[in-house]
This record gives sequence, C-alpha cells and structure tokens, in this order.
Amino acid sequence: MELLYFGDKGWGDELFFATLMTIAVSITAMIIGFLFAALFTPLKLSNNKVLNSIGNAYTTVIRGVPELLVIYLFFFGGSGAIMFVASIFGYNDYIEINAFLTGSFSIGIISGAYSTEVFRGALQSIDKGQFEAAKVLGFNKYIYFFKIILPQMLRLAIPNLSNVWQITLKDTSLISVTGLVEIMRQSYIAAGSTRDPLFFYSFAAVLYLMLTFLSMQLLNRLETKYSKGY
Amino acid sequence: MDIELMINSFPKLLNATLITLKLLSVSLILGLFIGLGFAILRMNKNKLINKFAYGYSYIFRGTPLLVQIFIIYFGLGQIEYLRTTFLWVVLKEPYWCAIIAFSLNTGAYTSEILRSAFQTIKPGYLEAGRSLGIPSKIIFTKIQIPIAIKQSLPAYGNEIILMLKGTSLASTVTLMDLTGVAKYIISTTFKPVEVFIVAGGIYLFMTFIIHNVIKYLEKKYGFQT
Repeated sequence: MELLYFGDKGWGDELFFATLMTIAVSITAMIIGFLFAALFTPLKLSNNKVLNSIGNAYTTVIRGVPELLVIYLFFFGGSGAIMFVASIFGYNDYIEINAFLTGSFSIGIISGAYSTEVFRGALQSIDKGQFEAAKVLGFNKYIYFFKIILPQMLRLAIPNLSNVWQITLKDTSLISVTGLVEIMRQSYIAAGSTRDPLFFYSFAAVLYLMLTFLSMQLLNRLETKYSKGY
Repeated sequence: MDIELMINSFPKLLNATLITLKLLSVSLILGLFIGLGFAILRMNKNKLINKFAYGYSYIFRGTPLLVQIFIIYFGLGQIEYLRTTFLWVVLKEPYWCAIIAFSLNTGAYTSEILRSAFQTIKPGYLEAGRSLGIPSKIIFTKIQIPIAIKQSLPAYGNEIILMLKGTSLASTVTLMDLTGVAKYIISTTFKPVEVFIVAGGIYLFMTFIIHNVIKYLEKKYGFQT
C-alpha cells in the first residue's frame, strides 16, 4: 500500500493528477466531438447528395478504422500540418504541438462520429408533426431549433450519449502512446520504476472502473431528469 | 502525396493484415465460448453465480482494453508462481497474451449480447418444447441456442467490427499487426497521411466485408419471432 502514498514516497498524488487529466481529456474530447457532431449531423440529414456523402464518409471512416490509427495520424501528422500552414506565413522553425490538444482532438474526432450517429437517430425519431407545427406557427429559426427541436432531441439522445461518453472515456487510455500523462501513462511510468506492473495496471483498471461507475450514476440521474414526460 | 510510398507499403501492410485476421478470428472463436458460458451463468438462479458472471462482464466492459492487455502481458509475468507452471509457455508470448485479453474482452460483450438474446426468446417456444416432452438439454441446444444466435446477429456483427478495431492494440505489446506495421512505416518515413490512407483503407475494406456477411446471414437466417 505504501506505493500509493502521497508525496515523494508513493505514487498516490501522481495517479490522482493523472486521473484528473483523464477526466479533463475525456470532457474536452466529448465537447470537440459535439462540435463535430453539430457540423456533420446536418450533413448526414441533408438532401443534397454531395453533402450527404461527406457526412456519411466521416462516420463510416472514423467508425471503421481503429482508434489507435487515427491517433497516430494526428500525433505524427498534426505538427507537420501545422508547420506547413506556418511555413506559408513564413515561419519555418519546428513547432511541437501540445499532447493534450492532439490527444483531445483525435479522441474528439472519434467521439464526434459516434455522437453524430446518436444525434441523427434522435432527430429522426422526433415526430414529424413537431417540425411541421413549428413551421406552420411561423416561429423564427432560433425558436424553431433551440426551443422546439433541440429539447426533444437531447432527451432522446441522452441515453445513447452516455454510451458515447463511456467509449470516449475508455478511448482516452490510447493517447498514452503519445506521451500525455493520464492514468495509463502514469501507471506505465510507475510500473517501470517500481517493477510492479501487476499492481499499477490493476490499480489503473480500478480507477477506470470508478470513473465509469461514477459517471454512469451521474448520467442515469440526468436521464431520469430529462425523461420526465411532457 | 507520395504515391510511390503508398504502393510500396501496400504489400507490407497486407502481410500484416494476416496477423490482424489471425488475432481476430482466434479471439472471436474463444470469446464466443467464453461469452456463451457466462451468458448461461448469468441466467443461473443462484445469486452468487449470477453476481460473479455480472462482475466479470462489468469489469471487462468498464475498463479499457489497453489496461487488460497490459495487466496480462506485463502484470501476470510478475507472479513468481506462474512462471513455474506450464501457463508460462503461453504467457511469455505477446501473441497469446493479446489473444487472451481479446477473448476475455469480447467474451464479456458477447455474454451480454447472448444473455439479452436468450431473455427475449418467447416463452411459448420453451413451453411448446416442454409439452412435447423434449428433455431440457435438447430444448437448450436445439431451440434456445439457434434462436438466440439468430436474434443476436446484428449486435454480434457490431461486436466483430469493434473487435477488429480492438486488435490494433496488439501493436502496443510489440506485435506487428496492421496498425503496428503502419506505425513503423509512419515513424520511419514521417508520411502519416499516405500510410493512414492505405492502412485505413484495408481496415475499411474488412469492416465492409464483415458488415455485408452479417447482413447476408441476417437475411438468410432471419425469421419472424
């Protein structure tokens, strides 16, 4: 147990901050995912064939290719792309991008593909009459979307979004390959320096279980709150 | 775009795909047996057995696959006793460690899929079987299992695709599967986009095939229940 002491003697505080990092990356990735979903859900529902196939390509490719490969693409390709853009503006030095940003961004793109599917499904299962009624009553676009469609969509989407959250949370373990110090990376470091991998990886598993358990409790509460009938 | 690199890396990546497919098929077969076993335990009336099976699937579904591989590959080797048993022959190979982790992981998901399939079988089928005097063992193997398989096909198809993506984690324990080789080529040539297109294309092709095979099976074996 002394391996878990806080301070210099144990790995308790390091693992605590690593857990916070995992939570931070998951939340950032989830938000980035929502932004992608907000962009691609309308495309997937669009009647325009070109826009529609762009939306479909995004969800098909991301959901059909391993997460690790996507992470490698952004990890190795990210700084190259930014340096290319910078070189256009005449900046030629090496730019190293933040591991937190690359990690959240690549996990965000993945979680965005799942969120897109969830939002698409939720939008499609709203009763058509709701759209028509809102249009007939002559509401402006703001009220139409934010006051009528969005609340109904969210309430249908929350149960599936909690699945996406679970997937995102577990996917963050993969960005340890880029060197970002989250639970997995910290356990790897601790296991390496104490030669006790069994303990630290099992402890990492316990931390992840705690995170999934606690977030499920929270999300279930949210679900019951929003599934109250109208 | 470096077309030449894409053409040159294609055979290497295709070669690595064989390892990916081997990992996938072996762990799916093992996982199916594990999943079936735990699905049966989940339906046991004994609370302790039931809780045990639930705990298994909860732990394996609640933690990342990466942690599971690392515990098995790096962690288990630490137990001195294991090193003396015959298990060590298996556990010192990264290939088998990956397969054990994948099978246990997909077994947990499969057990949930099968359990819900078993539970949605209409009681009328079982009652019909019982009233015809069919022994409960035969009711299970000849009535429950075939119906459960048919009902769980769509969900199981998703699980196969998830597992295909999961096999990419084998590259973290030094196995040179499709992702492992792709990473190697990326890190030696620094051309991530080209390699991503080729490797991602191979993965997409495999998901496409799996998706269509499952669709075909659903159509072939689908019936109204």
